[in-house]
Amino acid sequence: MTAVTLDARIAGVRPRRSPQVRLLHNSLVLAKRSLIKLTRTPEQFIDVTLQPIIFLLLFYYVFGGALGGGSGETRHEYLEYLLPGLLAQTIAMSSISIGQNMNEDIAKGVFDRFKSLPIGRAVPLLGAVFAEFFRYLTVCVITIGFGYILGFRIETNFLALLAAVGLTICFALSFAWVSLWIGLKMRTAGSVQGVMMLLVLPLSFASGAFVQASTMPGWLQAFVKVNPISQIVDAARGLLVGGPVGSYVGWTFAWIGGLLLVFFPLAMRAYIRRT
Amino acid sequence: MTELSIEATSLVKTFGETRALRGVDLTVRQGTVHAVLGPNGAGKTTAVRILATLLRPDSGSARVNGFDVLRQPGKVRETVGLTGQFASVDEDLTGTQNLVMIGQLLDLPKKEAKARAAELLAWFDLTEAAGKVAKTYSGGMRRRLDLAASLVGRPAMIFLDEPTTGLDPAKREDMWDVVRRLISDGSTVLLTTQYLEEADALADEITVIDHGQVIANDTPNGLKHKIGGQRLAVRPADLAREEDLRDILASISPRTPDSNGRGTLTIPVDSDAVLPGVLARLHAAGIVTEEFSLHLPSLDEVFFTLTGTRSGSDSQQPVSGNTAEVAA
Repeated sequence: MTAVTLDARIAGVRPRRSPQVRLLHNSLVLAKRSLIKLTRTPEQFIDVTLQPIIFLLLFYYVFGGALGGGSGETRHEYLEYLLPGLLAQTIAMSSISIGQNMNEDIAKGVFDRFKSLPIGRAVPLLGAVFAEFFRYLTVCVITIGFGYILGFRIETNFLALLAAVGLTICFALSFAWVSLWIGLKMRTAGSVQGVMMLLVLPLSFASGAFVQASTMPGWLQAFVKVNPISQIVDAARGLLVGGPVGSYVGWTFAWIGGLLLVFFPLAMRAYIRRT
Repeated sequence: MTELSIEATSLVKTFGETRALRGVDLTVRQGTVHAVLGPNGAGKTTAVRILATLLRPDSGSARVNGFDVLRQPGKVRETVGLTGQFASVDEDLTGTQNLVMIGQLLDLPKKEAKARAAELLAWFDLTEAAGKVAKTYSGGMRRRLDLAASLVGRPAMIFLDEPTTGLDPAKREDMWDVVRRLISDGSTVLLTTQYLEEADALADEITVIDHGQVIANDTPNGLKHKIGGQRLAVRPADLAREEDLRDILASISPRTPDSNGRGTLTIPVDSDAVLPGVLARLHAAGIVTEEFSLHLPSLDEVFFTLTGTRSGSDSQQPVSGNTAEVAA
């Protein structure tokens, strides 16, 4: 030990700001923590960088010909149809990791520290979700950017592009609470991934993401119609390549609200109970 | 009357079938070090987690720094610092990042959070490692960073849950120095430990708990008086002389020597004044010893004396070494 003297005046904590401002600020502090952790393990970016590129290539070259009718021209038409769908699927899949990370993170002592601090109880979860924003933004930039290389063109305008990206990210941020809840409920990170895959794959394939719902049997069409992925895909499609948007955006917001309303309290409860 | 930092009454906590606490009372006076001594599974950590508002008791009540842990948990959190049994620092963050993060969570302006982090890192001798990721720290460094993290908010009450478990003896003494310096600054410390030596070295008052119940509450001297102070342990080089040794030891004390079954006989003694006499008799009888040591009772011996039964848990023996020195 050195001879440095410590200012140990007992003061306790005197918050300077209002509880709401502190909640937001503290969540951003912990979001920064999550981002630092992400940069220490860059392989955590694979699902938001390489994955969209590989999926775009696979769907474009493997299915594009068959689904578009065989000629190069229609393969391009399929790209216009595919890209908004793939964007929604990739972003839903990239929400899996927040649950996995939380499952591993919560076992570490630092969560005891968070619980012993005079901060809002939701702060550690909010921080983790806020940090996801950057990963989801990466998905959008990579998917649309690489789509451009393949020949995808935005047929609307810049504002509509921003709206599509914003809406997709908002949806992903609300879907992240499902992943968080499962992450807090499951015993191992591996099982979180398993359960989330079981959820994400049917949701994304049984939607209007990759093929027209009209080619599916009636009962499946009924599911596609209410599937939130269909809503977000149709909304993004309208905003990126033109077409009707209104009701899809409305339904997307309804789903965002519904997911938050159900899974935010569920995740909070699971977090508080998990000691 | 001195003010009380902790007043806990009849704390009960059950986890499924396990009754972790069955009515624990605890009183800690302000500005003192209070040790909660007990084996693994005695309920020490549960008690600390309840007092630090991480757990809610099933029944009973507790006030920490004057605030009710159930009704004013936020207020309690503003005035306590917790250092858990497992270092609760973020391993992917550097020492500085860890402490600045805590400071910012406590609503310190960024500049102050940085200054406080630098000050604590210097005090805990971590300045050189400040920019390194905590993952690369040694066990002792991690404990120090952990303790530093709980001091960022200058808490009036500090909980140290087994601060030295797993540290080698030299590092334990370093940690003890840190605790002594904390109290000289006026903080109140509640520490849990499995080692009587540690409680004896640091605490003003000791509460012994086992199976979720308080079985003794006293000053270190009072407790040692109850359990008969130090133990003399002797092992003859020639195990055949055990009976002769037993006679010699029995002659210096009204109590009977206890054998560990491997040749070592142990007997409680009131002071080290008996040692020259014992040595002289051993010499006269021609008994050569392989071990001749004076030490404080192990936790197991404490429990045996207090309750008449060995504690059922897997309590660890104190790290052997210069135990007599610590006891003196």
